[in-house]
Amino acid sequence: MLRDTWLVFCRVMLPVLRNPVAVVFGIAQPLLYLGLFGPLLGDTGWQWFVPGLLVQMALFGTAYAGFSLLPEVRTGVMERLRVTPVSRIALLVGRVGKDVVLLVVQSLLIMLAAMLFGFRATAGQMLLGLGLVALLGVAIGSVSYAIALKVKLEYVFASVLSASIVPLMLLSGVLLPMSNGPQWLYWLSRLNPLAHVVDAERSIFNPGTMLYGLISVAALVLVGVFYGVRTFNKESA
Amino acid sequence: MIKARGLARRFTTKTGPVDAVRGVDIDVAEGELVGFLGPNGAGKSTTLRMLTTLLQPTAGEATIGGHDLLTDPAGVRRNIGYVGQKNGSGLDQRVADELEFQARFYGLSRHDARKKVADLLERFDLQGLEKRGVITLSGGQQRRLDIAMGMLHDPRLLFLDEPSTALDPQSRRNLWDHIRQLKADGVTVFLTTHYLDEADFLSDRLLVIDHGSIVGEGSPDELKHRVSGDLVVLGTPQASIVASKFENAVVEGEQVSFRIPNGDRALPGLLRDLDNIGVELHSVQVHRPTLDDVFLTMTGRSLREEANAA
Repeated sequence: MLRDTWLVFCRVMLPVLRNPVAVVFGIAQPLLYLGLFGPLLGDTGWQWFVPGLLVQMALFGTAYAGFSLLPEVRTGVMERLRVTPVSRIALLVGRVGKDVVLLVVQSLLIMLAAMLFGFRATAGQMLLGLGLVALLGVAIGSVSYAIALKVKLEYVFASVLSASIVPLMLLSGVLLPMSNGPQWLYWLSRLNPLAHVVDAERSIFNPGTMLYGLISVAALVLVGVFYGVRTFNKESA
Repeated sequence: MIKARGLARRFTTKTGPVDAVRGVDIDVAEGELVGFLGPNGAGKSTTLRMLTTLLQPTAGEATIGGHDLLTDPAGVRRNIGYVGQKNGSGLDQRVADELEFQARFYGLSRHDARKKVADLLERFDLQGLEKRGVITLSGGQQRRLDIAMGMLHDPRLLFLDEPSTALDPQSRRNLWDHIRQLKADGVTVFLTTHYLDEADFLSDRLLVIDHGSIVGEGSPDELKHRVSGDLVVLGTPQASIVASKFENAVVEGEQVSFRIPNGDRALPGLLRDLDNIGVELHSVQVHRPTLDDVFLTMTGRSLREEANAA
C-alpha cells in the first residue's frame, strides 16, 4: 500500500517537477490578493488576512485538482492502472499527496512573501499553519478527485466546482470579517466548516481558539477521504 | 487459460435494464490466439472488461490463468496483461517513465523495471523515444507503447481490446506482426475486433458474438466453410432470367448474385450455358466467402454495414 502510494505520487509529481513553471503560476493569484487587496486592510490587517488567504489557497488549489484526473479517465490511463495490482486507495492518495505537497510549498512561499509586507510569524507558527492547510487540502482534494471520477466531463465538473466553492469562500470570512455583516449572514457562516478552519488558522498567528477549527478539519478529512476512497474502490468508477 | 461459464452483465439504465452480455461460456487454451468478433455494441468490450476485473459480472463465474475472477481479482490482475481500447499512457508523461512506473506497479524493483523497459522498447521498436513526451507520439507508436505496457510483467495471457482501431494500414500491419510474435513466444492472446481482416489474419480460433450471446465458434476457415459456396455476381440487363436459374439468387438492378460451390471451377461452364440461352453479360465476379459472409449467415446482418455505420 505504502509503496503503491509512493509510486502513484512519483508518477504524478514527475511531470510537475519537469515543468515547475506551473507551480509558480499557481501562486500568482494569492500574490495578487496579497499585493492588491491586503493593503486595503491597513497595516494591522496582515496578521488577520494572511491566514485566511492560506485557507483560500487550500480551497482553490485542491478543489481544482480533479481536473488533472479527467484526461486520464477519458483516455485509457485510469483503466490501465486499474488492471494492474496497484492498490485502489493508492491511486487516490498518491494523487492527493502531490497536490498537498504543492500546496504546502506554495503556502510557504506566500507566507514568506507576506513577511515583506509586514506579516509576522515564528517558525513554529508557520509549521502549525502549514499543517492545518495540508489537512484541509487532503479533505478537499479527495472529494475533488471523487467528484471528477463520477462526473467525467469538464463542463459538468467546472459548474459543480463554482457552485460549491464560491459560497464556501464567501461564507468563510476570508476577505472580510463575517461579524461585520448582519446577524443572519454571520450565523449562516457558522454553518460553514471552512469558516471555523479560517478561525483556527487565524488563531495560530493571533490570540484565539483553535478548537472548533480542529473539529471541523478533522470531520472534513474523515468525510472527504472516506468518500474519496469509496468512490475509487467502486468498480465502474 | 480462460474458462468462463454463464458470464453475464446487466446494466441498469433509465429506460430499464439492458443485458449487454447474456451468459457466455468461453474456453481458451494455453498458447491460443483467440479473436472475439462482433459488431459495435455486441458485448465484446463488456465481456473483456469482466474477464479483466474492470467490471463485476452480474452472473456467472470464471477462472483466468488459474485464479478465480470473483474471489481472487488481485491474483487475476497479477497474471494478465490488458491493453484497452483507448490509449493508456498519460499525455503529460514521458515514454520511459510511463513504462518504468507500470513495471513497478507490478512489483518489479527499479533495477529490474529498467532492464525490462529497455527490453520492451527494443521489442516494440520504440528505441530513441524514451525521453519523448507521450503527447508527441504517432498513433502507431502510442499503440505499441500501450502493448509494451501490457507486457512488462511477462504475462502468460494478454487481453487486447480493438488493438488496431484508428491506425493507418501500415501501422496496423506492423502491429499485427507484433501480435503474431507474441503468440510465437507462447503468450496466450485474447483480442476483440470488429475488423474481419484482422480476425481472419490473426486468430487461431474465433468466437462470434452478437447481441450479447456467442453465435458461432471455430477457426476462420471452419467458419468460412459453413457458408455454402462462393458468391458469384453477374452484371446483365436480363437479371431476372438469370435469377430464375439459380436458388436464392438476389437481383439488384442490373446485377444478380447467388452462391455456388467451387465458383471458380463452375464459372466457365456456367457462362457458356448462359450464352447459349442468349443472356448478355457485361461483368462477372467471384468472391470466396469472407468472415463477413459468415457473420451474415449467422446473424442475418452484415458486419461491414455495422462497421461503416459506426
